[in-house]
Amino acid sequence: MKLETQQHFGDGRIVRLAEIDRPRVRFFLNGVACETLAGDTVLTAILACAPALRRSEFGPEARAGFCLMGACQDCWIWQEEGTRLRACSTPIAEGMRLATEAPECWP
Amino acid sequence: MTVPPAPAVVIVGAGPAGIRAAELLVAAGIRPVVIDEGQRAGGQIYRRPPPGFTRTPQTLYGTDASKAQALHMLFDAMVADGRVDYHPLSSAVAVADGVLHALTPAGRWTFPYSRMILATGATDRLAPVPGWQLAGVYSLGAAQIALKTQGVALGRKIVLAGSGPLLTLVAFQLLKAGADVTAVLDTAPLSAQVAALPGMLARPSLVVKGLQMRLRLGRRYHAGVTLDGIDCDKRGPVGIRWRDAQGRSSVTACDMVGLGWHLRAETQLAGLAGCTFDYDDVWAQWLPRTDSLGRAADGLYLAGDGVRILGADGAEMSGRLVAAACLSDMGLPAPDLASDLRRLARYERFARALARAFPWPAAMVRTIPDETIVCRCEGTTAGEVRHTATRNGAEANRVKSLARIGMGRCQGRYCQLAGAELIAAQAGISVCNAGRLREQAPVRPVPIGAWIGDGRGE
Repeated sequence: MKLETQQHFGDGRIVRLAEIDRPRVRFFLNGVACETLAGDTVLTAILACAPALRRSEFGPEARAGFCLMGACQDCWIWQEEGTRLRACSTPIAEGMRLATEAPECWP
Repeated sequence: MTVPPAPAVVIVGAGPAGIRAAELLVAAGIRPVVIDEGQRAGGQIYRRPPPGFTRTPQTLYGTDASKAQALHMLFDAMVADGRVDYHPLSSAVAVADGVLHALTPAGRWTFPYSRMILATGATDRLAPVPGWQLAGVYSLGAAQIALKTQGVALGRKIVLAGSGPLLTLVAFQLLKAGADVTAVLDTAPLSAQVAALPGMLARPSLVVKGLQMRLRLGRRYHAGVTLDGIDCDKRGPVGIRWRDAQGRSSVTACDMVGLGWHLRAETQLAGLAGCTFDYDDVWAQWLPRTDSLGRAADGLYLAGDGVRILGADGAEMSGRLVAAACLSDMGLPAPDLASDLRRLARYERFARALARAFPWPAAMVRTIPDETIVCRCEGTTAGEVRHTATRNGAEANRVKSLARIGMGRCQGRYCQLAGAELIAAQAGISVCNAGRLREQAPVRPVPIGAWIGDGRGE
């Protein structure tokens, strides 16, 4: 099954209700340039343009975070350089290169 | 490289309890170490958006705005004057031999302490619903945090389900902010809510506030609901199946579901530090044992929702009480907080009535289909838990070892209670006899690289 994290760019999950007059920040998701707002968490930034953050290790479904308070650990995602970060508690930064899938070198 | 400081008083958590504890210690001339996961102090309930956001405290915290502002200003002033040794964005991950280990922006850091105050708060208490592992299903707290600190709704068409004060509050806040909340499904029967009303009148203003918010939900709100499952397509939820109090089935279309049943005390560090736990039948969870001021063991103090689910006002008071206990144990003069103690007793009467009004959905959990995922981290199903409990013994840690429920990344925070409920049902024993999961360090995932070195930064 083609995972939905890789599709629907420009078709995110979240709806912005307030605080939309913020400077723009550019980052890359799976190599594709995306734009979001300064002050977003990595989770907000990704879900503004995609429906999920990552693939579940033990099931077919995609994951998009769950608790948003650093307790459930559902939102650890990859960076292109090979390290992971917790998307709900990490602010987005200009030029970040994020990935919804593990790098190819990962076993 | 810096020289490790002399053993200090360490506070974990900068929510209402941690801030008030710090205030009293600072007033007594102590400079406590404060370790907090947040970017800015306030905890979850009074969590602040990042710098540059412009909504007013009135918009963010409603009628509690002045309380939130008072705490924020108090703590910021203590930090500005150097009266607390503040470590934001830092996760406390382990406790052993009088040393707290934390993952800070500078890497792993060790904090030797002589006394430690844990004000670790609470998370949502979750019950499994078929389909709750899907992208687009969140905790109620998550929906509130997203709105408060990011100004976003986590979906276009929202259904909130579960029970407890947060259910009504989050629905009200989302509606006020302009989100499309389609239905609010409360598993608590109206009869339980009415029966608990006399007890809840220990804090009448909160009852009035709750009823006003409930009225604003109108026909979206349904009491006494049973949740049957969340339907999905490849992208996430498309609808939630439920039955009303009369047993009539409905499907409500949605692309986001928020779930939560009141709160669960965050007790991992308390467990590692050696606290004793008792099963509390009313709050339906294991809680650490303390004296009336919050002393849990020699040099170990607990405050706030991590001990008893009393909410933000109770947390402020319990933070003060625990700091007073700490000061008097150090042989220092401590303020007389008899009125705080009396008020806390009243808050506990209210909170216990609240817990009875919006109970843990034991019957619903016990009857979930075998294929339902119970552990979101590892994908363990209800059937696997039942099978393991029958074949290998009805004890939580044993079922964890064999079926991996509670062994995943969240370390059982979101599946432990449901797991115990299933084990107890299978064996015909009470939930407290199904046992409590032992804590394991680190209580948050830590990159292996951070554990290499001397623990004083990278």
